[in-house]
Amino acid sequence: MVKIIYKDFEGTVREVDAKVGETVMETAIKNGIPGIDADCGGACACATCHVYVDASFMEKVGTPEDMEQSMLDFAENVTETSRLSCQIPVSEDLEGLTVTTPEAQH
Amino acid sequence: MDLSSAKQIVVIGGGQAGAQAVFSLRQGGYDGAITLVGDEPAPPYQRPPLSKAFLKGEMPEERLYFKPAAWYQDNGVELMLGVSATRIDRSARQVHLSHDAVLDYDALILATGSRPRALPLPGADLDGVHELRSLADVERLAPQTIAGRSIVIVGAGYIGLEAAAVARQLGMDVTVLEMAPRVLARVTSPVMSDFYEKQHRAQGVDIRCGAGLAALKGDNGAVTAAQLVDGSEIKADLVLIGIGILPNEELAAEAGIACENGILVDRDARTNDPHVFACGDCARRPLVHYGRIGRLESVHNAIEQGKLAAAAILGKPRPPEDTPWFWSDQYDLKLQIAGLSQDYDELVVRGDPEARKFATFYLKSGALIAVDAVNSPPEFLASKKLIAAGAKVAPERLSDTSISMKEIAATAV
Ligand SMILES: Cc1cc2nc3c(=O)[nH]c(=O)nc-3n(C[C@H](O)[C@H](O)[C@H](O)COP(=O)(O)OP(=O)(O)OC[C@H]3O[C@@H](n4cnc5c(N)ncnc54)[C@H](O)[C@@H]3O)c2cc1C
Ligand code: FES
Repeated sequence: MVKIIYKDFEGTVREVDAKVGETVMETAIKNGIPGIDADCGGACACATCHVYVDASFMEKVGTPEDMEQSMLDFAENVTETSRLSCQIPVSEDLEGLTVTTPEAQH
Repeated sequence: MDLSSAKQIVVIGGGQAGAQAVFSLRQGGYDGAITLVGDEPAPPYQRPPLSKAFLKGEMPEERLYFKPAAWYQDNGVELMLGVSATRIDRSARQVHLSHDAVLDYDALILATGSRPRALPLPGADLDGVHELRSLADVERLAPQTIAGRSIVIVGAGYIGLEAAAVARQLGMDVTVLEMAPRVLARVTSPVMSDFYEKQHRAQGVDIRCGAGLAALKGDNGAVTAAQLVDGSEIKADLVLIGIGILPNEELAAEAGIACENGILVDRDARTNDPHVFACGDCARRPLVHYGRIGRLESVHNAIEQGKLAAAAILGKPRPPEDTPWFWSDQYDLKLQIAGLSQDYDELVVRGDPEARKFATFYLKSGALIAVDAVNSPPEFLASKKLIAAGAKVAPERLSDTSISMKEIAATAV
């Protein structure tokens, strides 16, 4: 189990145990974290699982693939730390990962 | 009618729409009883991977589930799995179940989905003839998808073509039979059909359009070949039927709820009985961006209508009705579709299909009504908004790839 921390736009913090191999999106959905809709179920087709990754984890989560980057280029309120959470698999390396959900998804 | 004092809500059908209705009711603060009746043994799960990663064996079953089974218990949702609703008694406000139990309701949500259309030809019941709708279907089919064996797929819709791509990637000999003169004929334009035919052929799939299937032939009860009307035969160790779906509306129709190729609902997903709602594949709904009614078969539609029904029951403002959208994954091609292209009067291609990254836009009287975007998220995301806004876009700008979609979106009227 790996600890993942979800913050919403109002600053409410929710900490959950994630399974290695599932994605940051799946972990959120299974734990009822608000602010991640994930309409396409992780197919990288909807951009409703957008999160801001804590700057200190940017390197560890890696860089988005072309499809994801291209979705992000067009999603709303995107910043340098934006990622689609369905494209981030949980690994031991991500212990303590903090992501913030955008206001628009609430 | 105000149902906000409802104490007992029953949802029939534990698919995408039924599950969403349950999630939205709890999220919306409803704390009364919820019973979710589903005739499949598994907790609610997503279907799209059934013809994609899950069929390919790249995804464990639990990852299909929307929530772990414990979630329902923790959130006071009674899950009745493997149980079907057999009759609705509207005057008593009761649902009768397959094991002779009866549930009372203040509000009832029908989310019964759809079922594959059966092949009306001899041999359809032979062993080795499959359909692809449920987890159980994949459990039967997947062990048979073995490299070197042959599969004939009847029907070139999205599910048939996705299955063809997977079977090919697994090393099977794949033939696709389509009665219409082109693949995807019911859902998209000739430009897209032509593109997908070429892609599948390049991967080694034998695509036969205008093919009249006469019968499936078997030996000892197991399918061996597909026979065409001209008498020729195609070897088949396996056959997959993907010729469309029918809405599960009988339960509603038998209870006197208005149906017409789908359970008829209003913008709040309410049927002609104010206590009864219907959402997802089984419902025929107003399509507000198109000024008509229609039945959609997509995840987005199921989610949206599940939310609409929950909001209406709780007396909350109606959630937004977005542009209908859909996606399909075949090989490394991600197709994202926004809008409904029926009745377009102008078609514009942006980009080069040869590059496997392009979009086809559909306009009607100058307004953008739909897009098919292949490996092109900006075209998809921008169009989704433009369509919702009923925007007019100049065709020569759409086809000009030197103008970005951001610019096009910013200047559309
Ligand atoms: C293989 C496949 C791939 C797909 N791919 C995509 C895709 O890529 N993108 C996309 O947008 N859409 C896709 N779809 C479509 C999408 O999955 C459906 O539109 C969606 O599942 C509809 O949700 P629903 O809840 O209305 O119906 P369903 O998900 O079919 O759920 C209905 C449930 O109700 C049950 N039920 C029916 N009658 C009763 C009864 N009397 N009592 C109890 N239970 C009952 C059914 O058994 C079923 O479990 C795909 C569908 C399939 C089959
Ligand atoms: S869940 Fe749809 S893009 Fe991530």
